[in-house]
Amino acid sequence: MAQLTYRDAVRRGIAQEMRRDERVVLIGEDVAAAGGVFKTTPGLLEEFGPRRVLDAPISEQAILGAAMGAAMTGLRPIAEIMFSDFLAVCWDMVANEIAKTRYMTDGQVSLPLVIRTANGGGLRFGGQHSQSVENWAMAVPGLKVLVPATPADLIGLLAAAVRDPDPVLIFEPKALYPVRGEVPDGDLLDTLGTARVLRAGGDATLVAVGAMVPRAVVAAERLAVEGIECTVVDLRSLVPLDVRTLLDAVAVTGRLFTVEENPRLCGWGAEIASIVAEEAFGALTGPIVRITTPHIPLPAADTLEDLARPSVDRIADTVRKALG
Amino acid sequence: MTQEKPTEQHLNQDVQLDLYRRQAEVRVFEKRAYDLFLQNLVKGTSHLSLGQEAIAAGFGTAMRGDDYTFATYRGHAHTLVRGVPMAAVMGELLGRESGLMAGKGGSMHLTSVEHGVMGSYAIVGAHLPIAVGAAWSAQYRESGQAAVCFFGDGATNIGAFHEALNLAAVWRLPVVFVCENNLYMEYTPIAAVTAVPRPAADRAAAYGLEPLVVDGNDVEAVYGVARTALERARAGAGPSLVEALTYRHGGHSRADPGKYRPAAEVEEWLARDPVTGYRERLLGRGIPAKILDDIDTEVRAAVDAATEAAKSASAPAPERLLSQVWTDGGSSWRN
Ligand SMILES: Cc1ncc(C[n+]2csc(CCOP(=O)(O)OP(=O)(O)O)c2C)c(N)n1
Repeated sequence: MAQLTYRDAVRRGIAQEMRRDERVVLIGEDVAAAGGVFKTTPGLLEEFGPRRVLDAPISEQAILGAAMGAAMTGLRPIAEIMFSDFLAVCWDMVANEIAKTRYMTDGQVSLPLVIRTANGGGLRFGGQHSQSVENWAMAVPGLKVLVPATPADLIGLLAAAVRDPDPVLIFEPKALYPVRGEVPDGDLLDTLGTARVLRAGGDATLVAVGAMVPRAVVAAERLAVEGIECTVVDLRSLVPLDVRTLLDAVAVTGRLFTVEENPRLCGWGAEIASIVAEEAFGALTGPIVRITTPHIPLPAADTLEDLARPSVDRIADTVRKALG
Repeated sequence: MTQEKPTEQHLNQDVQLDLYRRQAEVRVFEKRAYDLFLQNLVKGTSHLSLGQEAIAAGFGTAMRGDDYTFATYRGHAHTLVRGVPMAAVMGELLGRESGLMAGKGGSMHLTSVEHGVMGSYAIVGAHLPIAVGAAWSAQYRESGQAAVCFFGDGATNIGAFHEALNLAAVWRLPVVFVCENNLYMEYTPIAAVTAVPRPAADRAAAYGLEPLVVDGNDVEAVYGVARTALERARAGAGPSLVEALTYRHGGHSRADPGKYRPAAEVEEWLARDPVTGYRERLLGRGIPAKILDDIDTEVRAAVDAATEAAKSASAPAPERLLSQVWTDGGSSWRN
């Protein structure tokens, strides 16, 4: 067992898969010689060489197009899009090409590829480098969408994504890169579509992903001091979605709070709320509450950005008021 | 600018007849597809290559069995020339269970991985970077395969064209980009929206490539340039960019009569019909008419049979609707 930062976990996860399978290659801007703008990939070029770790030009369409063409002809590429906001530049590749090809070809073409990208706020980068956009990908049939919240989850889910025969997007919460966590020794392999219950309590269920997970946990700990016991569910995987764990938690607590960085309109919390309302209405003892970023691009100033993203205080206050 | 010379003195008769047959197949198939569209049996839309047959035929004949084709929505020809069964292509156009993709792709998305046809892409220019990826994987696997990517003149103005060419050139990938310059994007002349006269070739130098312009209505000239480019690719010399000059006989799609084109221009190009022109050339070389007539008869019979097979095939099974979003065969997004 070692303490690793999320940033170092990315490197370890990629190296684990590259050692295991010759077909795994890494492509992205500044990922090779420079080791990535968030220093998530240093040392990979040295270990695996320029044939397998490739610096790409600023050509997001070409990066994902090349990954797709390589995936359909025998490789297992991991492509990095530096900031998730930049997915908009190559959204055709994501939404029309990578996502739809298997269905349109009636299963002739498999696309075992992984797209990794730094997602969300917390670093005061302003509107074009801070958005949480996992809900964009979730809305497109054919894509699997992961948001690991811990170093160990990142490694295990990355491994599962690389070995999965379908296209997987991994949203790495950039605010978590410096955060440390326990990582077991040896190779890790997790399972897509499995949520994790981090804490059990009978009064309310908090559902979160990514950078909101540690905040939801801290909020739950504070509330516990006041006698409000919360279950905290880390979904980890938005597609496929572990609906059973979600419904089981709501069946016990009767109350649901979603905690998300997405701007309010059509964030993933809306889908979660709708599933619970449709399938577990009888278990609910009060309204479902969504805790989100307002429907705004993220501002740069630290005070404003902090106001926008759900904080521990806002989460705890919202739960307290709703239950009070 | 390199103008490729016809290589007729080098071609043996088998190759000449292959080129003839492939053009004839595309021509007869495309005319039939048009008839079936007017009968409302081909739904949605279809983009025909009438007048552009020589390009697909020349490349199809020059390509190795395991090379990759990347086509556009105007991809019937590029698919057929790789030996994909006509009945499956026709079945797809008619939206039948027997179709290449069981009716889930349609005319614009023909794909046959088994024949190296790695898809037809309906977003203009999107497939150029994807072809680069297939070439990257061929290079990585040292398989000796090449990727050939067909696209229109209009595609040269989209960013993906430039991103793909640059990356292919930087990595010296075995990919051949083939621009079929038919003078029009959809309804707008390419010259009205492009800063250089040759939309593909004039940009080649920007990526360190030699511009290759070929008469796209001369199937032997296309075959020659295809062989050269494919050899370069396999020798590790990197990508090529070919601009083939041609013209579509009909409109852009569906029942578009192409009225925006000057009559004299249409007439001039109809007189340079690649299919009838090649037949005359072969006759002039002393190939007996009987041999060509027999090919024509066989091709017509094959298109008739494919049409009948497609017409009598059933509609796609309803279960198809929810199949093959994922590799497990299904569409479920929840555990
Ligand atoms: C990104 C994108 N923009 C616009 C269209 C609509 N569209 C379809 S075909 C076409 C013209 C393409 O012309 P060209 O590349 O010359 O190919 P051709 O049809 O002549 O083979 C356009 C604008 C599209 N399919 N994709």
